[in-house]
This record gives sequence, structure tokens and C-alpha cells, in this order.
Amino acid sequence: MSTLKSLFIASLAAGRLTGNGIQYVTIILLVTVFICSACNLLIPESSAFHVSTYTITLLGKYLCFALLALSVDVIWGYCGVLSLGHGTFFALGGYGIGMYLMRQIGDRGVYGNPDLPDFMVFLNWDTLPWYWYGMDQFWIAIVVAVAVPGLLAFVFGWLAFRSRVTGVYFSIMTQALTYALMLAFFRNEMGFGGNNGLTDFKELLGFDIQSNATRVALFLSTALLLIAALYLSRYIMKSRFGRIIVSIRDGESRTRFLGYMTNHYKVWLFVYSAALAAIAGILYVPQVGIINPGEFSPINSIEVVVWVAVGGRGTLYGAVIGALLVNYAKTKFTALMPDGWLFALGALFVGVTVFLPDGIAGYLENSARALQAKADLDNTSEDSLSKDGTSKDNNPKDKPTEEVTP
Amino acid sequence: MSFIEQTREFWRRDKTWFSSGQTRPYVDVSHQVILYIEGLSVSFDGFKALNELNLYINDGELRCLIGANGAGKTTLMDVITGKTPCDQGSVYFGQDINLLEHSEPKIAQLGIGRKFQKPTVFAAHTVFENLELSLNTHKGIWFTLVAKLSTAESDRIDEVLRTIGLEQQRNMLAGALSHGQKQWLEIGMLLAAEPRILLIDEPVAGMTAQETERTAELLTSLAGKHTVVVVEHDMEFVRSIARTVTVLHQGAVLAEGSMDSIQNNPDVIEVYLGEEP
Ligand SMILES: Nc1ncnc2c1ncn2[C@@H]1O[C@H](COP(=O)(O)OP(=O)(O)OP(=O)(O)O)[C@@H](O)[C@H]1O
Ligand SMILES: [Mg+2]
Repeated sequence: MSTLKSLFIASLAAGRLTGNGIQYVTIILLVTVFICSACNLLIPESSAFHVSTYTITLLGKYLCFALLALSVDVIWGYCGVLSLGHGTFFALGGYGIGMYLMRQIGDRGVYGNPDLPDFMVFLNWDTLPWYWYGMDQFWIAIVVAVAVPGLLAFVFGWLAFRSRVTGVYFSIMTQALTYALMLAFFRNEMGFGGNNGLTDFKELLGFDIQSNATRVALFLSTALLLIAALYLSRYIMKSRFGRIIVSIRDGESRTRFLGYMTNHYKVWLFVYSAALAAIAGILYVPQVGIINPGEFSPINSIEVVVWVAVGGRGTLYGAVIGALLVNYAKTKFTALMPDGWLFALGALFVGVTVFLPDGIAGYLENSARALQAKADLDNTSEDSLSKDGTSKDNNPKDKPTEEVTP
Repeated sequence: MSFIEQTREFWRRDKTWFSSGQTRPYVDVSHQVILYIEGLSVSFDGFKALNELNLYINDGELRCLIGANGAGKTTLMDVITGKTPCDQGSVYFGQDINLLEHSEPKIAQLGIGRKFQKPTVFAAHTVFENLELSLNTHKGIWFTLVAKLSTAESDRIDEVLRTIGLEQQRNMLAGALSHGQKQWLEIGMLLAAEPRILLIDEPVAGMTAQETERTAELLTSLAGKHTVVVVEHDMEFVRSIARTVTVLHQGAVLAEGSMDSIQNNPDVIEVYLGEEP
């Protein structure tokens, strides 16, 4: 019983120890990313140390997924709101940058039309739809690509949280949202290239999108933005705002009775999370070279949740680790057994839920804490066991101990 | 680095632009009554949990509410704090604040604090942080994103910690507290908010005799400065703190008066105290 209780408290504490994990992950990321980039640009292809552009792109893709996972962790891990529709915001961000990239093709398309993307010419349209205006300007496109998913999250969150939709009902609604958008984007009349989506991109800000240097630049930008998002999220979660978010997760009604408009908090956190997902989409599309309605598919959003669960929710860096590992496994696995991935993913989810309920990050932190406690115990002789029953930790906040209360 | 410090400094000063405490509306208690509850009815699927209930609470008094299980005590608190909508009736805070118009957070901000029947503290936060979140200050998003604890606020928290006797547990996770300590922490959270009215649902459930005694002392010391409404089943406890007792029965007031007059009231003896020796 007491071990159960201390385990429980340790797992609660896991959510608090985000500081060091983020630093380690940041250092590892930076070192890996810079080494890979240098090995791609500076070392000739003939050398064994050369890192291919294919690998760079693949890693860049993983980092985008890591950012997407982070966005889900922010809302699920800290606020307990399980969104099964974050693929929506990711895909919308991707479509935003895709529209910009389409306009950059100019008259180099198959039909050579300087204004209309090929698929519009093919549909016999003769003018650009209004919502494509301005998307040939990079910054406008970026702002739109973040603002539209943000706005959608605001409206959706506002409606859902105001009516106090929670738990599984909310999750189902988010699945419905992403499914509905997928069907809509499949339609040619929507003006987003229908089934085929947007592809055949040529240039980004005037740079050839296929060139090594552009790929490496995108890869580096993704890594830096991911790190920035990690630190920004950590700031938010460590602020009083973040503590209120956790309070909402653990007792929304109580939080309301303290005077906090909990639905406002949830809406804004949801918008922040959607914006992160959109940025992930914006970084993803130029690297993979295509965005199509498949990105909205409900299964994608569910996969993200598995990444977060594997990595360990409520830790921020756990989501990053989870996304990187699961996607690496996916790449390896699908090469061997192309059809088996979904089964493997399901098995992984069940396995993690049963054996690693706190995910990898939780496991690491718990074992680190256990080691620390063991070391403390070895160092302390019986007489110095503190009189009031608390351990000798100088920072009891991060390492809670069971208090022996009189 | 200095830039960061400057920004911090900026935000610190910013805090004093707003007044450090939240501005609460003036509550008109010129008729001594702080809470008017009139003709209040609530029904759940046809079952009348509250039935034409009338209750007046004076400013600064300590009132005990007793009544058998299911008498509607918790439901009454739910209506006052905006959790449960009512079918009929009115609830006024002072002469002119209609509580039925406001949401739970708004009512809390007006100065009505509540302790739940089941102790609810935030298990993943430390005792200190639990109190910090309860302070009477701005509760908006942009404020809390940059909020820093002022010295006055942290002194206030220390004062509350002393009052509830949890100084030793200051940095412990609230989830690790004993049941009685959680009850106290929740009372402390109410105190940190400096409310006009404290609604306290079953404060001594699960407490040891000593703890109960200390809670009684604490609650009596609060009366006067605050208005305290206590729901409790423990008659010993009620006797030790009560000045005026209201007995609820089937959603309405059955009797009201001093503990002695209640105990000698034949109606009360029949429905409630009759079970006691
Ligand atoms: N949300 C609800 N839905 C349906 N019935 C409810 C609801 N809340 C309370 N009730 C019913 O209303 C009646 C009054 O409940 P209430 O919780 O107010 O009683 P109480 O006086 O606080 O009792 P106790 O001393 O057991 O806490 C009970 O019969 C209860 O079953
Ligand atoms: Mg009750």
C-alpha cells in the first residue's frame, strides 16, 4: 500500500521535473543536428561519413512530428484534454505553406499558366479563388497558415469548453472534425487540389527546394523552432498559468470555485497547441514536398497520441523522445512489413500502457529518483535520519518524500 | 540578461498598476443580513432537493446547518455558488447582488469561498502553490502568464500556513498530505482568498478528535471578520461551535435557533435528533 502511494506521488512529481530533461534533449538535438548538417554539406558523397540528403530530410520529418507531439502533450499531458484531431491543425498549416509554394511555381507548371496552379487550369478555372490571394507572399502565407488553424481551434474550443464537453466526447468531436475536413479537402471544388493535394514545388523564398543547402536549412530551422517551442512551453507551464492548467486537469470544478474562468484557460491553451501543430505542418510540407487530404486522416491524429504516450506525457521532452523513437521504428518496420505497422502500433500502445504507464520519460525520472534515494540512503547513517521524518533533500519540492505524520 | 531583468522589473511594477488585491464590489449589509435566500426550489428529475427554502444569514455570524443525509445541505451550497441552477426563488448577496445571475468563477471573485464535502486540493501542486493559486488577485489569463508573487502575497501565504498549522508541509505535494491536513489545506485555500462568506461542507469528516478540536477553534476565530456557514453531521462539533443552528429537512428549514432550543424542539427530535440517545 505504501509503495503504491509513493509510486503515485512519484508519478505526480514526474510532471514537475521537466527542467533537466529538456536541457538534455536540447543538447542532444543540437549536437546531432549540427553534425548531420556538417556531414551532409562538408563531407564528399564518396566518404563513409557523408550523411545523405535523404537522411537529412527523413530526420527533418521526424523533428516536425516531434513538434506535433509536443503540441499534443501541452493540451493532453498538462490539461488532460485528449485531442484526437491535432492532425487537422498540422494539415491546415501544411496547406497554408503549400499554397505559397504552389504560387512560387509560377509559369514553370505543366500548363505554363503564370497565375493559376496546374490543378486549377485542369479544372478549367480562369481566376484564382479569393482565398488564394496574397498567398504568394511568404509572410502573409505564414501568418495565414498559423492564424487559420488557430482560429479554428478557438471557435471549436470555445464551443466545446463553454458547453463543458469533456473526456471522451471531446475526443470524438475532434475525430469528427478532422474526418470532416478530410472529406472536404478531397473535393476538387474546395480549390486545394482535391485528391492529389499540392505538390511539385520548386522554390522556397527563391531557393531551390530540392537543393542540399535548402534541405539542410529547413532541417536546422525545424530543430531550432522545436527547441524554441520546448522552452516557450516550459515557460508557460512553469508560470502561474501553467499551474492553473494542471489544476484544471486535476479538479476543474475546484479551480472554478477559486475564481478562474477555466474554459478561457482551456480555449487559449488549445489555441496555443493548435498553433504549434500548424508550425509543425508548415515545416513539414517543404521537406516532404507534398500535402494532400490524407494528412487529415483520423488515424494520423491517433498516432500522435501514441507517440506522446510512449514518450511520457506531461513532461514536454517526453513527447519529443516518443515521436522520434516511434517514427524511427515505423520507418524500419514498414521497410520489413509494409502492412503490419498499424498492428505494431496498437501493440506498442497496449504495451506502454501496461508496462510503462508514465512513458519513457516517466520511467527515466522514476529510476533516476530511485537511484538518488538509494544513494541518499547509503550516505545517511541511522542516527542522521531526520527527526521530523522528512528526508534530507534540500529541494523537497522536486523530490517529494512520504511524510510520516503523527 | 539585463534585458530579462528589465522586463521582469517592468512586469513587477505592472502589478501595482492594478491594485494588488482584486477589486471587489461593495456589498450592502446595511440590514445586517449578508445572504438572502428566499423561496428557493431545486428539483432533480421531479425529486425536490430544495423546497421553498428561506434562509437569512447575518453578516459576520457563524451559522451551522444540520440535517439528515439528503436534506439538501450540499445542494443549497451548490445553488449559492452557482454550480446548480435553481427552479424558483432568489439568492442575494447583500442588498443588491443577485447571485443567480453569476457563474461559479464570478461568484468566487465576489467573495464567496467554498469547501467541498470531499476534500479537494490539487494533488500535483505543493501546499504553498495550492495557497498561491487561491490568493485574492487577478484571475485572468494574461495576468497569470507573467504573475510574480509579491512579498505581501507570500507573507499572506505564510500567515495562512501558520493559521492552518501546515508550515512544515509547505513544500510537500498536497497529494501526500493526510486526510485531515487536506481538509485544513482546503480551509486555508479559502482563507487565502479572503472571502466575505465561507461555505464549509463537513470540515471535520475523517478528522481525529484533536484535529476536530483545532478546527472548531479555527472556525470560531474566523467568525466576525468573515461570515461562516458550516454544514456538519458531528453533533459534538456543532455544539462546540454553534451560536445559531438551522435544521434542514426535506429541502426546507425545519427549525432555527440556539443549540438548546433546537435540541428541545419536538419536530427536530422526531426527525433528526430522535435517533440520538
Ligand atoms: N446532481 C444530482 N442529481 C440528482 N439528484 C441529486 C443531485 N444532487 C443531489 N441530489 C439529491 O438531492 C438530495 C439532496 O442532496 P444533498 O447532497 O444536498 O444532501 P446533503 O444534505 O448534503 O446530504 P449529506 O449529508 O449526505 O451530504 C439527495 O437525495 C440527493 O440524492
Ligand atoms: Mg452533503
